[in-house]
Amino acid sequence: MAVAVRLSALSKKFGSFSANSNISLSVEEGTIHALVGENGAGKSTLTKIIYGMHRPTSGEMFIDGKAVCFSSPREAIHSGIGMVHQHFMLIPELSVTENIILGNEQCGLFQRIPLKKSKALILNDAEAYGLALDPDALVGSLSIGEQQRVEILKLLFRRAAIMIFDEPTAVLTPLETERFFATLRSLRDKGKTILLITHKLDEVLAVADMVSVMRRGEIVGTIPAASATKEELAQMMVGRSLLLRVTNPPASPGETILCINKLGFRTKKGVERIHDLSLTIRAGEIYGIAGVEGNGQSELLQMLWGLAPEGAIICGEALIRGRSLIDRSPSEIARMGVSHIPEDRLRHAVISNYTISENLLFGRHRERSFHHGTGFNTEVVNRYAEEMIADYAISCNSPDRQPLRALSGGNQQKVVLARELSRPAISLLLLAQPTRGVDIGAIETIHQKIIEARTSGVAILLISSELEEIIALSTRIGCLYKGSIRHEFSQEEVELKKDSSDTFQKEIGLHIT
Amino acid sequence: MNRKSTRVLIPLLSILSALVVSSLIIFIAGRDPLMIFQKMFHATFGSAYGAGQVLFRMTTLIFAALAVALPFQVRLFNIGAEGQLQMGAFAAAMTGAMLPAWVPSPAAILLCIMAAMTAGAGWALFAGVLKVRFGVNEVIGTIMLNFIAQGITGYLLTWHFAIPSTVHTTPIHDAAVIPAFDTLTGWFANSPANLSSLLAIGIALLFHILLFSSRFGYEMRAVGLQPDAARYGGINAGMHTLTAMGIGGAAAGLGAANIVLGYRHFYEAGMTGGAGFTGIAVAFLAGAHPLWILLSALFFGVLEYGGLTVNAWIPKDIFMVIEALTIILVIAFSALGRRLG
Repeated sequence: MAVAVRLSALSKKFGSFSANSNISLSVEEGTIHALVGENGAGKSTLTKIIYGMHRPTSGEMFIDGKAVCFSSPREAIHSGIGMVHQHFMLIPELSVTENIILGNEQCGLFQRIPLKKSKALILNDAEAYGLALDPDALVGSLSIGEQQRVEILKLLFRRAAIMIFDEPTAVLTPLETERFFATLRSLRDKGKTILLITHKLDEVLAVADMVSVMRRGEIVGTIPAASATKEELAQMMVGRSLLLRVTNPPASPGETILCINKLGFRTKKGVERIHDLSLTIRAGEIYGIAGVEGNGQSELLQMLWGLAPEGAIICGEALIRGRSLIDRSPSEIARMGVSHIPEDRLRHAVISNYTISENLLFGRHRERSFHHGTGFNTEVVNRYAEEMIADYAISCNSPDRQPLRALSGGNQQKVVLARELSRPAISLLLLAQPTRGVDIGAIETIHQKIIEARTSGVAILLISSELEEIIALSTRIGCLYKGSIRHEFSQEEVELKKDSSDTFQKEIGLHIT
Repeated sequence: MNRKSTRVLIPLLSILSALVVSSLIIFIAGRDPLMIFQKMFHATFGSAYGAGQVLFRMTTLIFAALAVALPFQVRLFNIGAEGQLQMGAFAAAMTGAMLPAWVPSPAAILLCIMAAMTAGAGWALFAGVLKVRFGVNEVIGTIMLNFIAQGITGYLLTWHFAIPSTVHTTPIHDAAVIPAFDTLTGWFANSPANLSSLLAIGIALLFHILLFSSRFGYEMRAVGLQPDAARYGGINAGMHTLTAMGIGGAAAGLGAANIVLGYRHFYEAGMTGGAGFTGIAVAFLAGAHPLWILLSALFFGVLEYGGLTVNAWIPKDIFMVIEALTIILVIAFSALGRRLG
């Protein structure tokens, strides 16, 4: 078989920092080659070099045996390379066809765009690869999974032979992921070469032919996926053997903290998002909500944190120790001893330009112990920051100078976790996607801290799209489907079933689809 | 290069490049640029009167720039400092003229200043409420309010309050006059520089503390940087929009007090002379940073007054070119710096 992409002794430096050093890699034509590694291991830099967005500091690259040196993505596209970015590069106001042909209209600047001809070509591709789509639909009206199909069709339209996917499943539902894998396989079977960037090891084992593991800018090994195990890959990634499952001693829940009774939520347009939802959470237990995204998780969190959109109709009640949470502002709810770690960390939980110390205060800056006059007591804040950094093993240089955005995803999440879990008199934690976009090393710390908080008596509402995480952490599990809890697994059931995670996952799967 | 040094370097580089380009224009116009700049320097820093004139202009510009800078920290573009100045100036002049004669001096000054601040703040808040309550973009809102302010003050002046056959109002009582440095200490002889300048420096300092060392500023900048996150952190973004506009408008009112109470002593059509717009440029050059605004306002003050003094050799419009060029270059260099760094 021919080699589609060959890298030889490739290095990339940013200043004194080596993002990639001495990378040598061969990707064979017609295979799915996965590139795994923790955040910051250099995967993105490497793909950006291949796609012509970065120039390597030294080393060589060969595409189909020819030495190349791209100075822009345009040149990479010309050589038959295509890339689907983690955040799609689509224009929501344009139709599927218009998006696909954008930049490749194949007509003069002032000529009519050959929409009909293009549409036929697109439909042809769509049929060949099983990517059903309405070519006239507006991209803005499509689901995330469908938008991804548009991106793939775009590559096919440009006749790309080498396709790079950057964290393609991060935004997909489990069902969409399955479907996406089927597409990947059919692309491979028709001779396309696929480079898959991910940190989900299950997916690598499910779909890839070859796996390369990166660590600290280097490739530490390339092995056939068929002979690899998850533990082996995880070990290669972090350089030490690591438990993928945290030790979770049995919980002994106390009094009821949160009581949600027949909660309902309708959007301004009258769409019902939550319907007759009831659950209780006791002190010292983790209530895991399993469910496919879009079944009411976001709305539930918005309501409990006082951020329901204007015009939404809410019925039913949500009581914390008998006091209602509905129609209160986030700061009032926080004062009642509630912490919230939102789904979208960078958008909602931190100010990325603020320093680490300032972010450790964010949302808790009203607490008097931090105050001094009209400002903050630097001494107290610094001491608190140092404590948190040591306690949560946040790796950073100088907390009162370094902006938060300079940290890796895992360390950012640790900052948020440290801040929210150390809230004085915390009794309830709303915890959404605690390890999304977080590297494996940090996952371990984060899970441990969550269990510690539970043991110390905090009631935790856990929402996660990772079933494995739900099973590993939860005391009880509620299956959310179309806005209500369809089935609940009791503490005894969870204890009994969690050891055979795979069968338990399948059982939960039945209740959430 | 780190961020701190680029923040100083970019404006300096922009100023230098703008000076080079304008030298070229002066040269093409048939004058010796060196001679022009030398004369300018002499006329401004070379005499007590010139320095006083620069200080006076600089003071108005500091206030106008602060009026733009504070809202800018919450990502609001206040184009309305000019209207806020006009309303403030009118309010100060009217209060000063209508005060009972027995009000003693410090109280009269304070009352007039309060009137100017209230008028400026109210006019800015108007745009803020339009934004928060009705979603009117603050750029459009403040521009429109500039026209309305001009209309209202113009109407009130010509139809009701102008002294017949003049274009200005009755002068304010002597008690309401902010003393000039000249009358107090003899500094800056005969120039309009007055005690407002000290106030300007104090207010800039206060704004700096407010923004960077108070909890209020911590919340306010968070709203500007990431409004969504601010909501999650329990910060009332609407309240900060309103206070930023209000405080900004009050600063513009102080700028008006400098002109009316410190120099002209009455309201006259066109007396603000576009300082509200130049204030946008001053704030931009300073990166909306209160302390840098002091330096940036000095630079613009020198250009404004210096331009007048060399008007006999070269039209003062050339200095408007320098001002505008500097701002364009600052924006362009900053964008370039971001791309490189």
